[in-house]
Amino acid sequence: MQIVQPAVAGTMESSDIMIRIEPGGAGVELSLESSVLSQFGKQIESVIRGSLAELGVESARVTAVDKGALDCTVRARVMTAAYRGAGQENHSWEVKV
Amino acid sequence: MKRLRRSMLFVPGNNPGMLRDAYIYGSDSLMFDLEDSVSIREKDAARFLVYNALTSLNYGQKELVVRINDLESGLGVKDLEAIVRAKPHVIRLPKTETAKDILDCEREIARIEREAGIPVGQTGMMAAIESAKGVLHAYEIATASPRLIGIALGAEDYVTDLKTTRSDGTELFFARNMILNAARAAGIDALDTVFSNVNDEEGFLRECRLIRQLGFDGKSVINPRQIAPLHAVFMPDEAALAKARAVMEAIAEAEERGSGVASLNGRMIDRPVALRAQYLIDLAEAGERTMVEEV
Repeated sequence: MQIVQPAVAGTMESSDIMIRIEPGGAGVELSLESSVLSQFGKQIESVIRGSLAELGVESARVTAVDKGALDCTVRARVMTAAYRGAGQENHSWEVKV
Repeated sequence: MKRLRRSMLFVPGNNPGMLRDAYIYGSDSLMFDLEDSVSIREKDAARFLVYNALTSLNYGQKELVVRINDLESGLGVKDLEAIVRAKPHVIRLPKTETAKDILDCEREIARIEREAGIPVGQTGMMAAIESAKGVLHAYEIATASPRLIGIALGAEDYVTDLKTTRSDGTELFFARNMILNAARAAGIDALDTVFSNVNDEEGFLRECRLIRQLGFDGKSVINPRQIAPLHAVFMPDEAALAKARAVMEAIAEAEERGSGVASLNGRMIDRPVALRAQYLIDLAEAGERTMVEEV
């Protein structure tokens, strides 16, 4: 998936995370700000990078402002931002196991 | 035991905090909403959020319902593509007016179940009836699919369609009775509409007592504060409960004796009495569970 335009998903409310994604150079460049950075920074970064990798996003500039989001919320906001940034809609949904 | 649906808590689909916390409030069902509580620009975001919540979080034994957008909006099928694969118990279809609305939605659900390898028929459905046309077609809607677990009144759109506003419930009397009778004739649940003014506790209680007396199984709620008083209205009183327990004991004794006919105080217990007694006991047990959860 190729990011072709800047896009935003999520809010600055508690339990949410705001993800801004833009077309980037080589690789995924991530800037993360979080109210729980010292405890969960690495985990949040790993979920963001993992979600982008699953979507096949190889190049993007990502700015994330976290307000204590669960992993599933981080994943959902990254997916929303990536699809908006790619100008695509049709996600291939997987079945819950 | 039949699943009780005294309370169905609305959870806005684009609110991560509420999606996370909704299960702690003790409602019988949770309804994640992709429709009216989500702005048109955030439909994609809510869909991703509800899908990820359903596939990641553990909601225990709660009944999980997702209200999708109607099919004519062009959003409903996109919602189904995601949500059916996340396997909630029930898909709630809004703005249902005819049996065809149910059949169209069911066809899409069955297609997605087949494509996804989910047993066809596993996903339940419920229909919200929100217009005069829908109310007049309540029975054909209620019997349109074996997937249906219930039909619900959506009063805000309905009163607008009638060219009136909500007051003491007089304006909803016909719709409530149509929906209730259609549901009972179809053998499914009847669920009442929301009461929007969360600060009017007296008005809310009056409405709860009314719908309980009419025969509804439960009600949608928009605020967790409404759950405990609603459950209290559904809690049987001690006298009724004692009688119900006596009925069930008499039936158990008759079965032990090998007799097909049970009686209590010289009167035969027929099936409707037994069913009502069991329902009251189920309600009381659920009420006790709720109280424990609240402590």
